[in-house]
Amino acid sequence: MKNYFKSKGFITVLASVISIVVGLLIGFILLIVFNPAYAVGGLGSIVSKGFSSSDKFAKVLYQAAPLIMTGLSVGFAFKTGLFNIGATGQYTVGAFMALVFGIQFQMPWWVCLIAAMIGGAIWGFIPGICKALFNVNEVITSIMFNWLGLFMVNLLLNNMPVMLADHWGASNKDRTAALASANPSAIIPKLGLNELFHSNYMNISIFIAIIIAVVIYIILEKRTFGYELKACGFNKDASIYAGINAKRNIVLSMVISGALAGIGGGIYYLSGTAQYTIVKSLLTMGFNGIPVALLGASSPIGIIFAALFISYIQVGGEALQPEYAKEIIDIIIAVIIYLSAFSLLVKNILGKFIKTDTSNVNAEDKAPASPEPAPVKATEAGSTEEKGGNE
Amino acid sequence: MSFSSILADIIGATILFAVPLLLVALGGMFSERSGVINIALEGIMIVGALCSCLTLVALDKAGFGATHPQLGMFIAILVAAASGAVFSLLLAFASINLRADQTIGGTALNMLAPAFAIVLTWAVQGQGQTTILIPTWTRITQENFGIEKADTFFQNLIFKSFYLTTIVAVILFICAYVLMYKTRFGLRLRSCGEHPQAADSVGINVFKMRYAGVIISGCLGGIGGLAFTVAAGSGFQSSVAGYGFLALAVMIFGNWKPFTILGASLFFALFKIIGSYSDSIPFLPSFKNVNSSEYIYLMLPYVVTMIVLILTSKHSRAPKAEGIPYDKGTR
Repeated sequence: MKNYFKSKGFITVLASVISIVVGLLIGFILLIVFNPAYAVGGLGSIVSKGFSSSDKFAKVLYQAAPLIMTGLSVGFAFKTGLFNIGATGQYTVGAFMALVFGIQFQMPWWVCLIAAMIGGAIWGFIPGICKALFNVNEVITSIMFNWLGLFMVNLLLNNMPVMLADHWGASNKDRTAALASANPSAIIPKLGLNELFHSNYMNISIFIAIIIAVVIYIILEKRTFGYELKACGFNKDASIYAGINAKRNIVLSMVISGALAGIGGGIYYLSGTAQYTIVKSLLTMGFNGIPVALLGASSPIGIIFAALFISYIQVGGEALQPEYAKEIIDIIIAVIIYLSAFSLLVKNILGKFIKTDTSNVNAEDKAPASPEPAPVKATEAGSTEEKGGNE
Repeated sequence: MSFSSILADIIGATILFAVPLLLVALGGMFSERSGVINIALEGIMIVGALCSCLTLVALDKAGFGATHPQLGMFIAILVAAASGAVFSLLLAFASINLRADQTIGGTALNMLAPAFAIVLTWAVQGQGQTTILIPTWTRITQENFGIEKADTFFQNLIFKSFYLTTIVAVILFICAYVLMYKTRFGLRLRSCGEHPQAADSVGINVFKMRYAGVIISGCLGGIGGLAFTVAAGSGFQSSVAGYGFLALAVMIFGNWKPFTILGASLFFALFKIIGSYSDSIPFLPSFKNVNSSEYIYLMLPYVVTMIVLILTSKHSRAPKAEGIPYDKGTR
């Protein structure tokens, strides 16, 4: 047991917990600076609101499901050495495809989800093929495809009168029709969970997301295909030398990454509570996949917990209004990610405090030298949630 | 509107929107050529715009702006540069001293900046007030030069949307070129982005050079943020509408070289604004049967840039050591 506290994994988790605590502390300082009278209540709401009622908890799960998907999308690409900043575009196209199949073609929900997956995959495929064949930086292409996706979806929706809410009896033209009036069978089934949680937000999407995360975990960790993808990420030249088709893997990785983000868009907009609003700014859910992936150290299991954590404090942040801007939560998340970026330093300092003996140094050397502290971080997000619950 | 005034408008607006792209892409160039990927440009722009807009509002309230408009604007530009530089230090610290992943640090800063801007705007202006309006005296008009207003081509071209940031951008562009290619500092900076170990072996302090690169990019990014806000015209709303990322694209499109970056930013800005004039340009199709056809033109700059990137990718050459933290021990 004593050795356990000195182990590398423990220090990694501790470093992550410290990042989170420091992030919350800075958030608390901001609360004090901007409005001292509500600061303590504000912090309380950030750390405990998500568990305060079953409706709030349902909302945590409801937002976590698409976050898991976009987080998986970014994380999966990270594993292959690609930075898929285009998750938000793929998410938008996925949402669009899901809604078109749901409203225009009156298909059941699972067909819509498959359509969403295909839409996202296409939007990931193009940056992938540009990277593989023409060596165009995938960051740039996917940034452009974010905007292209958004504008294309808005253009198409404005020219598909059946899709818009005013075709189905509502008065507003700036958003897609509510699925409840357009096609109830396209709503993701709730299986009675909504009554269990007394919340309209609750459906099976969180379970879909978790199952997909587990599938991705198996692909990455237990299959040759996943190994090849990761090999390309670690060292492209070495993997080509070893006979791996790197170009094919880059394209496939972007396609899968796009498909994951597309499903995310699908499950969010097929929930029956969300309507796609036609605006000229990118959807934040796709961008939030980046912090989720970073916090979860790109590991699928870590991403599940990271998404739950971020969704949890976001629900808490919404309760901060109107005393504070809810963006204080974004500052906290940003600080946590910034600190986790140099977790190496934190770990070194911690390692000095927790003095290791010689045998333990050897143990550290024997540990697999993975560049990212993989699934250990999972526990970190979980532990904070427990903390939130206790308070 | 006559053809000449439309032409003047288009050229004027192109320059107006090219300025922020140029400044920020040049900033990115300094950072990347020193070996640090600066994905935080978007955040730096936001911080620069936030601080300088707050300065402008303060100057306006103090009455200083109305009496010394361009001096006030100059102060705002200095504030933008300084705040951008300070913010970029966060990236420099994480990626140079602590050898953290540069994309992760940059992403964190990109998240931090708009959130911080919204929170601060609320705190300064009261709940729910998310827009900081820019005072009208910031624009350079005919009166500043004592010229009488007239509907001539050159007056339309120059004075319709003329700000001090445009002049500053031209000066900074020349400075950037000279600094990069005609000075010892520039050569050293570039060597740190290509082969830091070799640079270190001849006595160049890689850490210092990389710090310099990031700080210069912070200055330029901050001014770029202000330039974008005056170009957008509707005040600062805690966002720069993805221009930081676009500037990254312009930088890659411009092959990490000043003159090609200038060309790329003008090219991109031209396609960006051509859509808003599509009704008044006779030879452009107007898509009468399509609802909200403005989206077609909004997509245009991205499609064109994609095609150009694919066609020119053979010649694209990134600094060799960018994104790799410098470690003295590696060979």
